[in-house]
Amino acid sequence: MRFISVIAIKEIRTYFASPMAYVVSAAFLAITGFFFVASVSDAFAEASIRGYLAGAIFFMIFMSPALTMRLLAEEQKLGTLELLLTSPLREFEIVFGKFIAALVTTMVMVGLSLYFVLVLFVYGDPDIGPLLTGLVGLTLYASATLAVGLFASALSSNQIVGLVVGSGILTTLTIIDFVSARLSGTAAQVMDAFQLGASFSVFDLDSFGVAEGGHFADFARGIISVTDIAYYLSITAVFLLLTVLVLEARRWR
Amino acid sequence: MIKIEHMSKSYGPYPAVIDISFEVLKGEIVGFLGPNGAGKTTTMRVVTGYTPPTQGDVTVGGYDVVSHSLDVRRHIGYLPETVPLYLDMTVTDYLTYMGEIRGMNKSWVKERLPKVIDMVKLGEYRNTLVGRLSKGYRQRVGISQAILHEPDVLVMDEPTIGIDPIQVVETRELISNLGEEHTMLLSSHILPEVSAICKRVLVINDGRIVADDKPDDLSEKLQHAERIEISVRGAEAPAFINAMRDISDVVDARSDQRASVLQRSEREDFLPFIVDARPNVMATETIAKTIINNGWGLANLTPLPMTLEEIFLELTTEENLGE
Repeated sequence: MRFISVIAIKEIRTYFASPMAYVVSAAFLAITGFFFVASVSDAFAEASIRGYLAGAIFFMIFMSPALTMRLLAEEQKLGTLELLLTSPLREFEIVFGKFIAALVTTMVMVGLSLYFVLVLFVYGDPDIGPLLTGLVGLTLYASATLAVGLFASALSSNQIVGLVVGSGILTTLTIIDFVSARLSGTAAQVMDAFQLGASFSVFDLDSFGVAEGGHFADFARGIISVTDIAYYLSITAVFLLLTVLVLEARRWR
Repeated sequence: MIKIEHMSKSYGPYPAVIDISFEVLKGEIVGFLGPNGAGKTTTMRVVTGYTPPTQGDVTVGGYDVVSHSLDVRRHIGYLPETVPLYLDMTVTDYLTYMGEIRGMNKSWVKERLPKVIDMVKLGEYRNTLVGRLSKGYRQRVGISQAILHEPDVLVMDEPTIGIDPIQVVETRELISNLGEEHTMLLSSHILPEVSAICKRVLVINDGRIVADDKPDDLSEKLQHAERIEISVRGAEAPAFINAMRDISDVVDARSDQRASVLQRSEREDFLPFIVDARPNVMATETIAKTIINNGWGLANLTPLPMTLEEIFLELTTEENLGE
């Protein structure tokens, strides 16, 4: 446990010592800000963070791999992975420490965007339920996307490969309903069950949508369902496990 | 401290190390010598627990590197060939982090760090970003992380590669001093380095150990031929070389093409030659007689000691011929 926190603290410090955290935070705030403003600026608009959530989860498809791409690729490039793997550390401690660092950094970013909620309370009368479930969902969604990004970062010493593979996996899970809509039966049902949650309808100014069949829909609506929580936690666990396996496989090559 | 028994390691179908066995006793400094790609790094990676052996048993301090990998790693300080550093951290931050990862607690790091920084003379750079340091200083940071947690065994892969000559001397001195309190396995492809630091040399080539001896004994044992430097006046080169080759104990004779010798010979009007003769016979005497009998002037006749480089070449080329 101590090693996990040593690694996490080091990575968090590296995030905030480099431009990365600030650039990504700025982009995150700007983009989610746009979606938030657009969703509440109509006359008689609903006082909710639905637009913000839709923008945030869509943007995280790219932002999460961008945050995690450095974490393991750079260790391989600098050769420091050899030091980590010859230290009395277990692979899961390395992976978990780095994952926690990325999650904390993302949560700081989300925290910065919470003034949207304050704005809602000042100018309107928002429903607290969907606000809270939305933020819970966002945390779970962030951890799933970061785990995918971390896995992609472990694959090679090239950060760009990590970014492209990570975003690729997340985009595939996002547009999986395009494919399932053209299928029927069990195949379609299985594919639908993997819908990550974001939707390209986020660019449709009338709906600011999250994917209706996706795992984020209920969170945005104010409902917490076990299926959705289990889905995001499973994605997180599976990809963290895969990352550990990739690092272990490196030894046996 | 380190015990390797019939260890082999292959990367896929490619064997990197084939059936090597050796032991490094407590307090020994062993040099691991071989050309690039001979299997030095692979062996060190196995010893440090980075990669498991394909076959054979490797133990460090009594712990098996596969089944008790964590225990092995706790007792080892390792400096890989490409010094692994986080360039965006300061020297102090980097070393603190490495110490903590090696399982040191904060107070131990706090007490130990100034001593190590002092030992490697990094004092004025303790708050400099590692990325701003010159190669020689980066190497010192690398060495610091290897010795910080006071490991029993130090494994250093090419510790002086790519740094300037003055810093090489300092680094060697530093390593020699470290050898007084650590068991050490050090690899190099530079021979004077190994003979300066180590009391025992393992020569590895093509994944096999071809020699295991003290540096001095190594040169004595392998002196198959005596090399003699000769300068003569008034001889034609072909005639001289033929005359030399006619002597039964002479293996080979040729013109000395070394630039420094050539320059001198032009000025002083003599021809330089190199003659290889069998050892343990009075070849020099026969050579001198032949020169005098031919009416040439003998200006110089010096037996040269064989350098470790030549021994090394000989060892490794013989191995090739044997296959």
